[in-house]
Amino acid sequence: MLYLQDGSLDVPKILKEWHEEEATSNYGAFISFVGTVRSEDGIDGLSFDIYEPILQSWFALWQQKAKERGAVIKMAHSRGDVMLHASSYIAAVFSPKRRVALEFIDAFVEDFKASAPIWKYDLKDGKRVYAKERSTAINGSGILGEKQ
Amino acid sequence: MVRVEFLGPIQKDALALEITNLNELATILQKDEALKEWLATCAVAVNDTIVTSLEYELKDGDKVSLLPPVCGG
Repeated sequence: MLYLQDGSLDVPKILKEWHEEEATSNYGAFISFVGTVRSEDGIDGLSFDIYEPILQSWFALWQQKAKERGAVIKMAHSRGDVMLHASSYIAAVFSPKRRVALEFIDAFVEDFKASAPIWKYDLKDGKRVYAKERSTAINGSGILGEKQ
Repeated sequence: MVRVEFLGPIQKDALALEITNLNELATILQKDEALKEWLATCAVAVNDTIVTSLEYELKDGDKVSLLPPVCGG
């Protein structure tokens, strides 16, 4: 389940919904990760662009990997502006036993940071500035650049 | 005609080009000074699948997307 919405996420509501969705699915473990906008470098908040077609296929691959281990992954992410102390990202794994969920939440969130087609901007002094220094080139990038 | 889209922070309108592979696209885009910096770090998708070879053949109606470095969360 991939859930995208404009603006900040209602964390208690989403986690409650996910918990209820799987309440009788016989999963022994439910591990969540919540990403919240912190105050640093004078920013007023963050803003996000998402390219949904590739995000959907990237997420479907992860869902398949989870299914092979008897687990399910859920993810929510914001589009547009999210101000300080609000949340823009939730990931959760449900699995029969804890070990699979613990491993998947780590691997999934790390690959999310490296591969999911989402672009982050700092909101500062009324401007929207691409967070270039904190961004990661997707594996296989640079093929259109000049050969060294 | 192949449509070329520039995603995220690359502030550039889509192009429609008569090209048959990604090598031809590289040659065209490298002439654009404003794009040079992006080309070194962008991933490339054809019809929403990431590709990693310049030899990839393109056909009429294909969509090429350039994806700059990402940072979700």
